[in-house]
Amino acid sequence: MTIVFYVASAVAIVSTALMITRLHAVHALLYLIVSLLAVSVVFYTLGAPFIAALEVIIYAGAIMVLFVFVVMLLNLGEPAARAERALLKPSMWTGPLILAAILMAEFVYLLTAGSGGSSGGAMIGPRGVGASLFGPYLIGVELASMLLLGGLVGAYHLGYRKTPKPEVG
Amino acid sequence: MEIVPMRDGFILAGALFALGLIGVLVRRNVIFILMSIEVMLNAAGLAFVVAGARWRQPDGQVVFLFILAMAAAEVSVALALVLELYHRYKTLDTDAVSRMKG
Repeated sequence: MTIVFYVASAVAIVSTALMITRLHAVHALLYLIVSLLAVSVVFYTLGAPFIAALEVIIYAGAIMVLFVFVVMLLNLGEPAARAERALLKPSMWTGPLILAAILMAEFVYLLTAGSGGSSGGAMIGPRGVGASLFGPYLIGVELASMLLLGGLVGAYHLGYRKTPKPEVG
Repeated sequence: MEIVPMRDGFILAGALFALGLIGVLVRRNVIFILMSIEVMLNAAGLAFVVAGARWRQPDGQVVFLFILAMAAAEVSVALALVLELYHRYKTLDTDAVSRMKG
């Protein structure tokens, strides 16, 4: 189990280092997603399967979709077409593919090893997290919901156009 | 089935945080700065989860959930600001808005 932790750590550090040195935003996004998936494997080996699932669903799923959406919004016209053509070159996706294949091999190893558990049997599942979240940390949950509402109102206010273009239909 | 030492988990969290900090300091594209901030938040949450696994308490995972909610709120507002920046200045360079008005 520890070897899985170290391999996933190496993948996370390598993909993050590649992320901050890329020139294209889409290349960096691919490496960032691989880095988040690697950290998710690290969470699983540390005995936090619920957090590992949330890392994939919310970070690599929802937040990265926001990034991809904005990058797509900002690349319109002829440069976007050239970028799309560049996206299909193998030199662009082989790096993330290799790193993700390492994580996939770890996933298969964890499934076939049949341990089903974490390091040292200290697995804390969703039940313990939920009991703690809605027990002593209930006020924190309320504050987080208010923060999310503030983020929603702020994003709506910043994205609001006072004079919408009439020809858009 | 041996336990992952807490020291190694903290080394990983520190390395990821340092990489994110380097990204914030070096890059000038605002998209890259936001992605580096995400890496730093993720590394801070990783440190909490490592400590929670060490003492076998769910508190570290609860704090990670709070960091997750904060990151989601932060990135939604920040990306709206990025769209506004691009709308006004037609660039993503943060040096274009380095001067304050006042």
